[in-house]
Amino acid sequence: MRVEVKIRRFNPERRAKPYWATYRVDVELTDRVLDALHAVKWHHDGSLAFRRSCAHGICGSDAMLINGKNRLACKVLIRDLRQPIVIEPMRGFPVLKDLMVDMTGFFEKYRAIKPYLVTQGPLPATEQLQSPAERERFDDTTKCILCGACTTSCPSFWANTGYVGPAAIVQAHRFLFDSRDHGTDERLAVLNDQSGVWRCRTIFNCTDACPRGIEVTKAIGEVKKLLVKRSLSPPKPSSK
Amino acid sequence: MALRPVVRHRYEAVIVGAGGAGLMAALEASKHCSVAVVSKLYPTRSHTGTAQGGIGAALGNVEPDHWEWHAFDTVKGSDYLADQDAVEFMCQEAIRTIYELEHMGLPFNRTADGKIDQRRFGGHTKDFGKGPVRRSCYAADRTGHMILQTLYQQCIKQQVTFFDEFHVLDVLIRDGRCCGIVALCLATGELHLFHAKAVLLATGGFGRMYQVTSNAHPMTGDGCAVAFRRGIPLEDLEFFQFHPTGIYKLGILITEGARGEGGVLRNGSGERFMERYAPTLLDLAPRDLISRAIYREIREGRGIEGRDYVHLDLTQLDPHLIEQKLPDITDFVRTYLGLDPVRDRIPIQPTAHYAMGGIPTNLDAQVVVDETNRVMPGLYAAGECACVSVHGANRLGTNSLVDIVVFGRRGGGQIAQWVPHAEWVHLSDHAEDVAQERVGRLMTNVGGEAGARIRAEMQQVMMDQVSVFRTEGGLRDALAKLAELRVRYRRVDVRDQSLRFNTELEEALELEDVLDLAWATTVAALGRRESRGAHYREDFPKRDDAQWLKHSLAYLQGEQIQLTTKPVTITRFTPQDRVY
Repeated sequence: MRVEVKIRRFNPERRAKPYWATYRVDVELTDRVLDALHAVKWHHDGSLAFRRSCAHGICGSDAMLINGKNRLACKVLIRDLRQPIVIEPMRGFPVLKDLMVDMTGFFEKYRAIKPYLVTQGPLPATEQLQSPAERERFDDTTKCILCGACTTSCPSFWANTGYVGPAAIVQAHRFLFDSRDHGTDERLAVLNDQSGVWRCRTIFNCTDACPRGIEVTKAIGEVKKLLVKRSLSPPKPSSK
Repeated sequence: MALRPVVRHRYEAVIVGAGGAGLMAALEASKHCSVAVVSKLYPTRSHTGTAQGGIGAALGNVEPDHWEWHAFDTVKGSDYLADQDAVEFMCQEAIRTIYELEHMGLPFNRTADGKIDQRRFGGHTKDFGKGPVRRSCYAADRTGHMILQTLYQQCIKQQVTFFDEFHVLDVLIRDGRCCGIVALCLATGELHLFHAKAVLLATGGFGRMYQVTSNAHPMTGDGCAVAFRRGIPLEDLEFFQFHPTGIYKLGILITEGARGEGGVLRNGSGERFMERYAPTLLDLAPRDLISRAIYREIREGRGIEGRDYVHLDLTQLDPHLIEQKLPDITDFVRTYLGLDPVRDRIPIQPTAHYAMGGIPTNLDAQVVVDETNRVMPGLYAAGECACVSVHGANRLGTNSLVDIVVFGRRGGGQIAQWVPHAEWVHLSDHAEDVAQERVGRLMTNVGGEAGARIRAEMQQVMMDQVSVFRTEGGLRDALAKLAELRVRYRRVDVRDQSLRFNTELEEALELEDVLDLAWATTVAALGRRESRGAHYREDFPKRDDAQWLKHSLAYLQGEQIQLTTKPVTITRFTPQDRVY
């Protein structure tokens, strides 16, 4: 069937300002929005720029604003959308070209929360033990694919792009609640900063935007509670 | 032709590709020398992240297991084409590598006593084939995602240098040694010349030569293709794995772990047809065998409603188990098919999944360029783009992840040892010429051919003639079609004339790479007049060890591909009939 796709285009080499372009493409109702973007690129205008890789919601390349909501283009089907399908780049990141945004700042924040296991003392010859319940404690936040959909749906982030943002907090949560990790103090120092977790106003946009179904707002809440708990009873060195 | 500006860099080692193999190599090499990782994707977008079911290692956490059993299964699964010294090395190393990944933070699922949990997977058995064994270490059905994330996290910790969204255009070879690469910076359109003592290619596979594939869009074999055009042979390309359970039409993978947890395959009459093909391992037989069984069922009219697919049935599984251990594939089925695996059978068809062949290497991940395994100094390869060969004619599930971490680390370690003593090879004054020419030609062409159309025609003919069942006639038809497409490719023009993020240019470059590999794959498939593993010739349906227990090597010479062979290394497992 023929559907109408309206895309916010931008290429500063050609035109200083963004503009809207509308395309009519042939797709199936069960196709993904990504298929419609490919139909534009392969059959109408090869210059359309967007990122994509796995095309089934795992790599996190193709987060964009689709009919006003942050979604992965490969995880939304045409049949579930009103037409014309309106596609824009994620909000709050500098636009580089068409739907491609500059994620440098996003990944700087990711790095700032020390997104790696901090271990202490000698490691065992085999695996470190962890009970299924301990493993389950941080399961939800291990699903994060760093697509940016949560952070760029957050009004607090739009208001102040210095805010560390939900994605980085989710990543911090993944380690803060891992029984094997000893990096709590270093991470909480970052999250307790004025650009840290307290900028969250519990608006739930992030949870709605997450293509992996992570309960982002809940994870942020748990990090806030951890901070409060530790400010009330400062931890002994090297314990959690 | 307007030449693009060239930015020059010098690193002791350059790693191309930032999936599991590239990142593992980077972690190892960057402890001892200056390293740049050059990747066309942001590292966390790499295809390793889509691996689902697990990574095999004989930890024996839930039942007895031994690395020798893992090695036997790998060799038997390979239809005896794997080099057994490499398999032995990999299966031993797998064990400590799993512990290392756990120490890095990888969140494996756990047993009740807190150890890494393990589950069944296709072709993995106890006691040399006596029945399934629980060997696959897993993190739900997103094991690859967790490996990729964990390795990237460690790279951040170790402050590895990355050049993200740089597309490799050429590998530089001078006086028989590798001395760097040239890449296109997608953000600016500039060329970047990386002068290096060592280059490790870890660019992954090239499933995008097929119409139905589990592979991500960027899987176009760039590393293999640039090496091939520089005269480096490609080994065993005729062996391309079709994974039995791709979502119908979309090709999206449904992990073998779904069958490891108890799922079964059913044909149009609801029969569990694998009972007829593999009485012992049933639905957990190796992939080549199951994919052929599905094609046969379909051909003989036993597809669902007589059509070209069968069902994967998870409905007899505990719904809680499905949610807990297979959440992602459940989500895929709900999202893309509108079905619920708890209640509905899933329509599946075999999907192009994995290249067993690739750039020939030895156990140290050094690229070897002839039938005597002569090393090309300075050039390394690891992961799916390489052929060491641990997978032979058919890879077992979970062994791709084992391969990337074991040989990625091995390559990185070898580079770290070699680089301090190695001399710099001076670059020629024309080092970037090939890269300039590739880009310049596409930008100035006015031939009016659309790359997208050529790609679609290539994918169609490869699917029709060079997939699960092959014949001489079909392969010759494919060769003729590919020759036509290669001629038409020279007339492809790129309409987008801008420099920044010219993804139309990038797709055209990728098309050249995958088209060359489709051609080489077809030539290799025509050359091997027997059936072994994933390569099934209807006109030569038997394995022929007397003639063909050997690897193939394909060389590009001018406008021709020459085939030659090299011996298989056999240590402890004598070839026998492959019955499951």
